[in-house]
Amino acid sequence: MTIFSFIAYIVLGVTACISYYHISNYLLDFFTKKVFKKNYNDSAIRAFIFIAPAFIVLLVFILYPVFETVRLSFFDKFGREFVGLDNYIWAINDPQFRRGIINNLGWLLIVPTLSTFFGLIIANLADRIWWGAIAKSIIFMPMAISFVGAGVIWKFVYDYRGPGDEQIGFLNAVVVFFGFEPQAWITIPVWNNLFLMVIMIWIQTGLAMVIFSAALRGVPKEMLEAARIDGASELKIFTSIIVPYLEQTILVIWTIITILVLKIFDIILAMTNGQWQTEVMANLMFDWMFRGGGDSGRGSVFAIVIMIGVVPIMAWNIYKHKQEQKI
Amino acid sequence: MRKNTTSSIISQLILLVFVVVWIIPTFGLFISSFRDKDLLANSGWWTSLTTSQINEIFRTENKDSQYQENGNYIIKGNFFDNIKGKKISSFGITSKNINQFLVGEKAILKNGSEITVFENGDYIWKSQDSFKHKNGKRIFITALSPPKFTIENYKEVLFKEGVGQAFLNTLTVAIPSTIIPLIICSFFAYALSWMRFFGRDTLLAIIIASLVVPLQMSLIPLLSIYNDIGAFFNIGAKSYPGVWMAHTGFGLASTTFLLRNFIKSLPHEMIEAARVDGATHYDIFIKIILPLSVPAFASIFILQFLWVWNDLLVGLVFLDQLPSEIILTAKLRELLGSRGENWEILTTSAFVSMTVPLLIFFLLQRYFIRGLVAGSVKG
Repeated sequence: MTIFSFIAYIVLGVTACISYYHISNYLLDFFTKKVFKKNYNDSAIRAFIFIAPAFIVLLVFILYPVFETVRLSFFDKFGREFVGLDNYIWAINDPQFRRGIINNLGWLLIVPTLSTFFGLIIANLADRIWWGAIAKSIIFMPMAISFVGAGVIWKFVYDYRGPGDEQIGFLNAVVVFFGFEPQAWITIPVWNNLFLMVIMIWIQTGLAMVIFSAALRGVPKEMLEAARIDGASELKIFTSIIVPYLEQTILVIWTIITILVLKIFDIILAMTNGQWQTEVMANLMFDWMFRGGGDSGRGSVFAIVIMIGVVPIMAWNIYKHKQEQKI
Repeated sequence: MRKNTTSSIISQLILLVFVVVWIIPTFGLFISSFRDKDLLANSGWWTSLTTSQINEIFRTENKDSQYQENGNYIIKGNFFDNIKGKKISSFGITSKNINQFLVGEKAILKNGSEITVFENGDYIWKSQDSFKHKNGKRIFITALSPPKFTIENYKEVLFKEGVGQAFLNTLTVAIPSTIIPLIICSFFAYALSWMRFFGRDTLLAIIIASLVVPLQMSLIPLLSIYNDIGAFFNIGAKSYPGVWMAHTGFGLASTTFLLRNFIKSLPHEMIEAARVDGATHYDIFIKIILPLSVPAFASIFILQFLWVWNDLLVGLVFLDQLPSEIILTAKLRELLGSRGENWEILTTSAFVSMTVPLLIFFLLQRYFIRGLVAGSVKG
């Protein structure tokens, strides 16, 4: 595609969007003021104009598909014949599915915990050190990189050459330097999952850190000073004052990273494509969407398993929102 | 006082360890993308500033280039073809013993001919009889190579591997996929904040629920809708407008939610005063809300843009994996499969895909962080 058609594409898409609002509102003004000579400002029509595009998108891209996916999970691979719970029963008996569930649970346990933990420590340290801002910038940087890009970065770190050859992967070079055998890290079952999780932790720690950093500013200074005068150690201050104060924030960060980890896909696809027992739900789903011409029934089962993971978080969010509305 | 200093030093050390661990992987990739590909394949990036020892295999010229001198048949040449700086220390003629001879020594082959390799890559191969080799003789060399950086890798991936095209494709996907949701969500958020209509609270609850719905829930039904539309109009199911709409759909809930929180926080006296003066909601939106929302727009724009730029799944499902439509992340994944051992191509392509996010990151970090923090308040 040439630069010209690229620009044309963009201008076309954006113009179409803006002109919808402008023209429809102009027409509404024209008819209410000029033709009917009255000013109905609160007209339901205007609300409709404002809401319609977003609502249609919401309907087509989120609401309808959610119900459709639930329906498809009870149908055969073409979505035509009702098969009851067959797809679910198949899934439970499928070793890959079970492997995926175990791996996803591992990810859910380890990644949010370590990212939050590291984020909290770094935010706490960096705020008291003169070069803290630079350190935070560096730790935060992986947040800007794509998961696939991060995959390439870490695949290079994990690169493996035979024991006699010179290692070009950093990790193996370190291992060899200390006199151990080099390892093909991402092909050692079970442990390789940890090496993939490292990538996600590397990315998400930055997120946890900036949010903690913002929240730390809210910790009352007087309290910290009083504790210091009383001779409390920094570690004591951290565990007895800062952590309890940030409880809410910790919970929020935990949920954000949990949701991300439930959907983890790019890293697995790029690094192993589920080989060597690193399979996860989202990758299995992608696989079944296209394997053998695509199986919408089985594919939907994986999506629903992921969905079940987020339902408690969703319920909690709505509950909290309702509480706030009451106030 | 001493206690404070020690604890400060420990703090600094811990932080330093984190920083070093965090920067090394990216730094290694960055350095490697500028290294000569032979060096990259044979030595770690941390050695790139030192002279490194490499083993290589070359072939001499074949029988066509032989000439006669003083009754001997001679083949002469240079292995390095004008690449300067490499120094050969030893060479060998069998793979079992690759550094059997030092430079300048005479290696005697089975057929009685003798070959000598010099430090700068020159070689002379002498024989009493004429050469009959169709292929040149294989020579194993051990050479010292000085540090060498190049932008050849970038030329290669941008123009030959199709990464340049993928870069443009990604821009074509990312810009409208960021602007369109921003426009339609800002109207939506305004309506949710300041207009009264039936079902407003329910709609808001739906938005909050949609915030966490995994996009996997949408993929299969959407793909079949796209296929139906494609079949109905007899066009390809996968197109740029299709992927823009998909990104709009998946970014809709979070964009609306963030914008609604912001617009709701604007002083309501201002909006009521304008209403009393007879301004329509459209006027209020354009003349009051939009100018006030620029910082919020900037944050959300960056978040959505980075999300779209870095996305792989939507690009894989809703775009053709052809050179004209493939996006950078998908291209990178393809290269990981097809060029798994060519690290000069992988590192360089990965770095190309990171340029725009890193640029945004370093120039607009403040807005990026503000958006993330605002988004996290409720999550």
